[in-house]
Amino acid sequence: MTELPNSTDRKMGLVIDLDTCVGCHACVISCKGWNTENYGAPLSDQNPYGGDPSGTFLNRVHSYEVQPADGHAQLIHFPKSCLHCEDAPCVTVCPTGASYKRAEDGIVLVNEDHCIGCGLCAWSCPYGARELDVAEGVMKKCTLCVDRIYNENLPEVDRIPSCVRTCPAGARHFGDLGDPDSDVSKLVAERGGMDLMPEMGTKPVNKYLPPRPKDQIEEQIDILAPLLAPVAEEPQGFMGWLDKALDKLPGGAN
Amino acid sequence: MHPAPSVIIFTTLSGLGFGLLFFLGLGQPAVTGKVAFVFYAIAFGLACGGLLASTFHLGRPERAWRAFTQWKTSWLSREGVCAVGALIVMGLYALGAVFMDSYWTLLGWIGAALSLATVFTTSMIYTQLKTIPRWNMELTPAMFLSFSLAGGALLAGAETVAPWLLAAAGAVQLAYWAKGDRALENSGTNLGTATGLGDRGAVRAFEPPHTGSNYLLREFVHVVGRKHAQKLRMIAFVLGFALPLLLILTPVQGVVIKHVFAALAVLSHLAGIATSRWLFFAQAEHVVGLYYGKR
Repeated sequence: MTELPNSTDRKMGLVIDLDTCVGCHACVISCKGWNTENYGAPLSDQNPYGGDPSGTFLNRVHSYEVQPADGHAQLIHFPKSCLHCEDAPCVTVCPTGASYKRAEDGIVLVNEDHCIGCGLCAWSCPYGARELDVAEGVMKKCTLCVDRIYNENLPEVDRIPSCVRTCPAGARHFGDLGDPDSDVSKLVAERGGMDLMPEMGTKPVNKYLPPRPKDQIEEQIDILAPLLAPVAEEPQGFMGWLDKALDKLPGGAN
Repeated sequence: MHPAPSVIIFTTLSGLGFGLLFFLGLGQPAVTGKVAFVFYAIAFGLACGGLLASTFHLGRPERAWRAFTQWKTSWLSREGVCAVGALIVMGLYALGAVFMDSYWTLLGWIGAALSLATVFTTSMIYTQLKTIPRWNMELTPAMFLSFSLAGGALLAGAETVAPWLLAAAGAVQLAYWAKGDRALENSGTNLGTATGLGDRGAVRAFEPPHTGSNYLLREFVHVVGRKHAQKLRMIAFVLGFALPLLLILTPVQGVVIKHVFAALAVLSHLAGIATSRWLFFAQAEHVVGLYYGKR
């Protein structure tokens, strides 16, 4: 049944640090790699080497420019995947029961054998976290690497989502956000972790850590700077003569 | 939103078909035998044709039967249950009218209620989506229901109520457009809330995640045709409501001319509703477009 569980034992999810993300897209590639070879149908590509390539991805990295009222613009890389919402609208709209949220860890999954590919769950998701696979005709979404995190065939260090394992900057963290004493919960409390589109009422489990404020470039960066500044604004001596002489040549002054 | 032909055909035809079934269930027109057969053939043709068209947009149509299971939470599932219920009940009622020259009144009322419930559940599939502010309004079910009743009355030849229902549907349409145009702005969702970065300054989509297109952009961001929206609204309003109203209110002599006028009114209404439904999808902005700096 596509009823949401009243509560989940744990709230497994990701914490994404917008201050640290360098926008390398390594998480996108590792996600595509792992999830094409493992859980469910492969993530297909259409026309991958042609003029108009497109394909199914569970994680995509946007880049945004933020221009404050005063000060310099800041570029922020922004990875986005399923937020495994507590009040996930994608689950309740599903007509077949293919879409469900697990009571034990809060992971939102799709039973691909029951999915009819109507697309309504993707319509209901404000984050664009679900994509219909064109080749398979079923809905694909982030599984939080459910086939890694409990997989005892993998070394313990690898029992985290592929994107987290891959991130070279350490911008992605995985853990139980329902446990206030977990490392991820502490990180969220310390850094003011935020929800995306809180007004949608989806109560996302994944949190985003806002970028730290940038250093301000002062007018005078060094006490020696005034001594190093050019002494004359107007050219003097030989350069002054050359400047005037060139201005007098046909073509006029610049 | 991408205006998929299958969904436009489905909502337009089945809305009209279930509208006619509603009136037939209430015994309007009171027909039996061959005439009744023609009326029911039209109603079932429209309703079933629409429902069949809706399966064309499924990725896995062969599993469509599973969609009847989740009526507890899903409006799409409820719609399926109501539609099948309405078709079965009205099918039985039609058997009585066509072959036995008898009206099973109670069955007709149940069928009429289920027909209207089908249209309502269809509208709720769209209305429930907070992600599309233009649909997430009380006027959406009002629009679907009023269109269905007006179209049904036209087809059923309910001369006394049809003009009133058409006028009401036209008024709902105008209100829907007026309110819908401000819906995204009034929802309070923008790139600032989408990224959580809005309180730091003006947020601009600098670089998309990929150079090509993707499912999200194809499904949720539609720009072609929006530039003609005002013209299309005029066409939809004139064909859907004004012209049919004029045609049925014009006093004419003779049964043949009267029927020709009524047929023209139905066809004009159908074309108008299809245009309006196309705009319903094409103009709907999904908030995921914000992440791409689009609407």
